[in-house]
Amino acid sequence: MALLEIKDMNHAFGGIEAVAGFNLHLEGGELNGLIGPNGAGKTTIFNLVSGFYQPTGGQIFFRNTNTAGLKPHRITGLGLARTFQNIRLWPEMTVLDNIRVAHHYSLGYGFLACIFRTPTFLRREREVTTAAYEILESLNLKDFAQELPKNLPYGLRRIVEIARALATRPALLMLDEPAAGLTSADLQGLIDVIRMIHQTFQVTIWMIEHQMQVVMDLCQYIQCIDFGVTIAEGTPDQIQNNPAVIKAYLGDDTFQCC
Amino acid sequence: MKQFSIPAVLTVTLVTLVGISLGEGINLYWQDVIMFMGINIILSASLNLVNGYMGEFSCGHAGFMAVGAYVSSLVSVALFTQSSLFGAPILSSGWAVPLFPLCLLAGMAAAAISGLLVAIPSFKTRGDYLAIITIAASFIIKSAIENIKPIGGARGFMGMGQVTAAMSGTADLPWMMFWVFLGVVFTIWILRRFVSSTYGKGILAISQDEIAAEIMSVNTNKMKIVAFMLSSGLAGLAGGLFAHKLGYVNPGSFTILKSTECLVMVYLGGMGSLSGSVLSAVVYTLMLEILRFVIPWINDLLRWAQLIPTDYQVTQIWKWVLIPLLLVLLMQFRPEGIMGRHELADYFPWIKKFYRFR
Amino acid sequence: MFDGIIQNIFNALQWGSFYSLIALGYCLVYGVLLLINFAHGDVFMVGAYLAFFLATCLLGAGSLPHWLILALIVPLTMILTSLVGVAIERVAYRPLRRKGANKLYVVITALMCGLILEHANLAIFGASRRSFPTLVDQATINLAGLSVTNLKMAVIVVAFLVFILLELVISKTKIGMAMRAISYDRFAIPLMGIPPENIIVFTFALGSGLAGLAGLLFAMSYPVLDPYMGAMIGWKAFIAAVVGGIGEIRGALVGGFLLGFVEIMAVAFFPSTFRDLIAFTILLLILWKKPTGLFGVSRYQKI
Repeated sequence: MALLEIKDMNHAFGGIEAVAGFNLHLEGGELNGLIGPNGAGKTTIFNLVSGFYQPTGGQIFFRNTNTAGLKPHRITGLGLARTFQNIRLWPEMTVLDNIRVAHHYSLGYGFLACIFRTPTFLRREREVTTAAYEILESLNLKDFAQELPKNLPYGLRRIVEIARALATRPALLMLDEPAAGLTSADLQGLIDVIRMIHQTFQVTIWMIEHQMQVVMDLCQYIQCIDFGVTIAEGTPDQIQNNPAVIKAYLGDDTFQCC
Repeated sequence: MKQFSIPAVLTVTLVTLVGISLGEGINLYWQDVIMFMGINIILSASLNLVNGYMGEFSCGHAGFMAVGAYVSSLVSVALFTQSSLFGAPILSSGWAVPLFPLCLLAGMAAAAISGLLVAIPSFKTRGDYLAIITIAASFIIKSAIENIKPIGGARGFMGMGQVTAAMSGTADLPWMMFWVFLGVVFTIWILRRFVSSTYGKGILAISQDEIAAEIMSVNTNKMKIVAFMLSSGLAGLAGGLFAHKLGYVNPGSFTILKSTECLVMVYLGGMGSLSGSVLSAVVYTLMLEILRFVIPWINDLLRWAQLIPTDYQVTQIWKWVLIPLLLVLLMQFRPEGIMGRHELADYFPWIKKFYRFR
Repeated sequence: MFDGIIQNIFNALQWGSFYSLIALGYCLVYGVLLLINFAHGDVFMVGAYLAFFLATCLLGAGSLPHWLILALIVPLTMILTSLVGVAIERVAYRPLRRKGANKLYVVITALMCGLILEHANLAIFGASRRSFPTLVDQATINLAGLSVTNLKMAVIVVAFLVFILLELVISKTKIGMAMRAISYDRFAIPLMGIPPENIIVFTFALGSGLAGLAGLLFAMSYPVLDPYMGAMIGWKAFIAAVVGGIGEIRGALVGGFLLGFVEIMAVAFFPSTFRDLIAFTILLLILWKKPTGLFGVSRYQKI
């Protein structure tokens, strides 16, 4: 069974076709990339998969479930998590609370249990806190548990956001430009973190990225889209030398990467 | 030790309040002030859940208060008193004390259900548009009550005085003081437990980034329903206490002015701070009462200084000029309210040593 | 029967005009600052009172002809009322905005300003209601068999004229363009060399002036003034503005007239106490169905 199967997905904003005939097959365990120039429709594809937009055509199957019409939190509950291009942590909640709230899908208690502090409630609160600390520990964030995200440096906020996404125990983690805005010093750290997550958390990663260093270093398989259409796919080497990709990024002629 | 400190303090306070009310250590006027203070605490804390913690702008709190006031009054009057509307009492007056909380609960339930009137539109819209929906909802509730003739229409509904009289028949205690105190404790207890749990923190997440909340598996629609229903239900509790305290209700008590008072208390205390809400309700109520004494003094002073014409009196209406003026000034100097987003324990960490909250 | 319907339609148009004129003020301020100016209903009340004082002064001043008094009162009322509106903006809203306070605190301040206006009026001038002097003799005009009083006709005509003028100002003039721009991006405005504070002051002046005009017209049509007259009408006009799609001039007009019609029709078929109930229920249903109002477009939220 495939983890994620996208068949002929279309999406139009008004008259503009933002995504046209997008296909994807993830078996599970991959670390794949999605690249393309600005405005190519990459984030739209993420929004479609995570349930914020409804595709105007085609189907998405996540773990053999058709996600059409499902609210985003239901899709997350199925095991799909994502981050955002512009970091969307909850700025006024501590890092620990940020991670704890991401356990909502599996809380297993309701309002009344919360008011009466039932044994289930107390047990689950303890478990959630332990799990949150485990995640923070594995990403070396434990010292920041009581900090507010708005007080953290940018690079650290990126990692916290990834940690929060991991708290939903995803089978598929979608990273939307994780390297955007990072300094070159932070980049290598990010690459290591992503590789570590891929291995230790047994999670499939699908990322949008502009930084060629990150993409070429990490991804096993890359798709390149432009104007909503897939123009090339293949291994990093194949993509690097694909004339269509070069053309989409640089116009014509020379390709001088990194 | 720590886990007993809060119950101990509460019990002592309750006994003191009831004791001095009974022994007439304070006169009826100040007893009333304390009760209104309690009702205001319930109102501001419950509105803070939606306006502070969830970051919506609900300005129709008085409407839900009205629903609670009427429903609990109708239930208690039907159960315990002889009335023209319901006829003979269903139960003997001895039941009034043990069953009174059920009357309040009925009011709460009705108010919570009327909260759906604004909870459902909040799925699709937020901010200013939702503010209008809440105002419209409170107008609708008030107008609907005015048009139901059997419960008195615009003239109002009475008979709750007999209910409190029935309670006094069982034991001669200041019962309303007792119930208001319990209501306040119940409200703070329920809200504190809700917002300090991982479940309840979902609404904080909604206020800070709704989209991120949804993608991080928070069922935003359900959380909104819970928050709105809890908030309006507690407003209904305040309404029920208010109605039984006064002995009568009329729709004129639940105008937009009442909603404005609730809003003022929330923002005066600080959005998303329970202790701020309690504090601001106390301060606000006291301010109202102090001005009642101060205004005649101002009148005499101005008369003495011959600053006002002889045929002019500085009346109590000036209270409603001075209070907004004070608040406008306060907003200029401390735009985040008394407590900001923090609780008392954030400012005075040492008090954490004396209690434990579960 | 037929005549009754026609009369109802004219009544609806008249009330719709009042609502629209007030709603336009809400709408202008919202369009520029994204702020619900809750004091606006009370600015309308102040307008009516200013018109009253001006009229009694001028009538007492000597034997000026009534048409001249009217001609003086209209601009004077509008100017004085706009001064009140601008003063509120300067004293209460601007400092908060400068401090970058949460928008809700500005809204609360607006509510408080409304209360101050209401109760200061009540405290200074007392609770007795005042009756507006007659400046224009009521006359009935016959238009192709339909009879309308001249005042009603005037109110309706003025509302439409104001709307057309405003539409022109917003779409054709430089300052109108700046007003539209500011609602899209407040931070880009100073970068383009436009002084944003001037635009904001202009907006408040314009909106309050319209409220003053509405106050004058209202006082002439229903010559009993009391300090609370602005509150309810203001709330209603505001809800009308939202139903039309707040921030849209057309929306304010349509919303105002819609509310006028719904109210008059409700009174025509049900007891008059049902008026608010029915009107608000219909408005609420519209908002349930179309949360951004009839003409409003939801602001695009980037994910």
